[in-house]
Amino acid sequence: MRALCWHGKEDIRCDRVPDPQIEHPRDAIVKVSSTAICGSDLHLYDGFMPGMKSGDIMGHEFMGEVVEVGSENKKLKVGDRVVVPFTIICGECDQCKRGNFSVCERTNRNRDMADKVFGHTTAGLFGYTHLTGGYPGGQAEYVRVPYADVAPIKISKNGLSDEQVLFLSDIFPTGWQAAVQCDIEPTDTVAIWGAGPVGQMTIRSAILLGAKHVIAIDRLPERLSMARAGGAITIDFEEESVIDRLNDLTDGKGPEKCIDAVGLEAHATATIDSMYDRAKQILMLETDRPHVLREIFYVCRPAGTVSMPGVYGGLLDKIPMGMFMNKGLTLRTGQTHVNRWTDDLLHRIEEGQIDPSFVITHKVSLEDGPRMYKTFRDKKDGCVKVVLKT
Amino acid sequence: MAYRQNSGANGSAMALARGLGWFSIGLALAEMLIPRMLTQQMGMEGKEPLLRFYGARELAAGIGILVSDNPGPWLWGRVAGDALDLATLATALNEQNRRKGNVAIALAAVAGVTALDCISAQALGGGANGKGQLVHDYSDRRGMPRPPDEMRGAARTDFTAPRDMRTPDALRPFTSQPTPERTFAEHSRV
Ligand SMILES: NC(=O)c1ccc[n+]([C@@H]2O[C@H](COP(=O)([O-])OP(=O)(O)OC[C@H]3O[C@@H](n4cnc5c(N)ncnc54)[C@H](O)[C@@H]3O)[C@@H](O)[C@H]2O)c1
Ligand SMILES: [Zn+2]
Ligand SMILES: [Zn+2]
Repeated sequence: MRALCWHGKEDIRCDRVPDPQIEHPRDAIVKVSSTAICGSDLHLYDGFMPGMKSGDIMGHEFMGEVVEVGSENKKLKVGDRVVVPFTIICGECDQCKRGNFSVCERTNRNRDMADKVFGHTTAGLFGYTHLTGGYPGGQAEYVRVPYADVAPIKISKNGLSDEQVLFLSDIFPTGWQAAVQCDIEPTDTVAIWGAGPVGQMTIRSAILLGAKHVIAIDRLPERLSMARAGGAITIDFEEESVIDRLNDLTDGKGPEKCIDAVGLEAHATATIDSMYDRAKQILMLETDRPHVLREIFYVCRPAGTVSMPGVYGGLLDKIPMGMFMNKGLTLRTGQTHVNRWTDDLLHRIEEGQIDPSFVITHKVSLEDGPRMYKTFRDKKDGCVKVVLKT
Repeated sequence: MAYRQNSGANGSAMALARGLGWFSIGLALAEMLIPRMLTQQMGMEGKEPLLRFYGARELAAGIGILVSDNPGPWLWGRVAGDALDLATLATALNEQNRRKGNVAIALAAVAGVTALDCISAQALGGGANGKGQLVHDYSDRRGMPRPPDEMRGAARTDFTAPRDMRTPDALRPFTSQPTPERTFAEHSRV
């Protein structure tokens, strides 16, 4: 089959690889119909995430048709149409029972490595680093889905397109959880850094959850236009001071709820701290660029909540913990507990409360994947979200 | 300085720029640490302080190119520096200088690097993300059936945040009413 494989920094190729096989009686094989490129894939593409091996199959946002099921899988049948969450979960461990699916204790098959690096293992993830199990991903014609009797979401209602439901695999629940974690009050101002696909989903979620004001921060005009369409007031961080503007918009008090939907590859204008991060990253003294987090800790209202869906990989430097502690902020973060939200969110899509396909700007074939990685990374051609068709 | 043009930069232009950045740093170190050796080679004895100064300039440009998101302006800075270097070297290209052969070689080398600097700066400058004019306007991509103001709070009727994601009562706004579930849940508010 064809699959997009990682071969090193900025080197993704559409390779011919062996078809996946059922390896465990609970598995299923899914023939992918649509798959997307995520901002998290960019961290692999740009070489920031440790634990990748040449030939790894990329992709963790995918859906398709079940073409084979293991003997013990009672949930799926050949022919079922499913969206597959990016977190692989067992459904039975202590964490899964609490709904903390992204830290499932059982599905990471490289548990020893993860225990060493993270202290304790987290869930297995598709198409991501070997620290999270190194499971072959969904930017391929076929995928083996482990524990396939737990996470996959069956789409039985007719009339829903792939584009409408595909993002249940990741970015829609991610944006939703980012907003839910803020426990939004009708009096709240919610400031969201990053108007990428995750930021866009977060904006709509915050509106649906009743935020009084939603403010989106980015620098790309097309993404800001999409943010405004969703109801956000926008700040272009290259044109104006984010801190001043946020304080202005909140009577000098700062937003109650701040969301980092950017993560470790934050850009910054010519601020001292950003130059410092770049220099340290080049010298390999720091892995991530936490510019956004610094800004958030500074501007967030005391006793406020910081929600951090943005991914960080390793070591961060000069994080103002004094500010964080004295202001009594709360921080909520993690890979998304996708299945906690998917029933509810599928229902909202079916009802027409939201249609996540609004975010798609590019639809191309799998072969065009390598080129689209670059377009998406460089934010060229108005690219916000890429869907690959197999 | 902004990096917005980085969005348009292609990989090879970026690689060339980074190479020039390291080149700058190497040259800077030589100019600052062993200026005497260089001036002797060129028959330019006495110009060491000038060379050290040029070294500092190179160092700044090199660091700027390497750490910035958009090395373009730093590369144009290098081009200006190259012009200075060429002018300085040209003064040493006279009949009295017994080392003028070396000077000619150095002039050719600097001219070559200048060409690379120009190519690199131009490559990075071009193809920039069209900031200012909105090429791709997505203001029709609402994703919701009605305008945001009408959708605001639509999910509040049938969604309650799970316990582990709720704001503790003490951190809630003074005015907000606890939802019934919250009142009956864990602890009551005083
Ligand atoms: N927690 C999860 O489970 C989960 C799931 C999906 C994605 N993510 C993470 O969410 C983040 C965003 O993903 P995406 O797909 O939207 O990626 P993206 O790269 O398309 O979007 C990031 C956006 O942030 C903007 N940005 C950069 N620096 C900024 C700054 N200083 N201030 C404000 N905005 C800035 C960029 O211009 C870009 O539009 C990534 O880190 C991704 O890994 C997390
Ligand atoms: Zn993702
Ligand atoms: Zn589990």
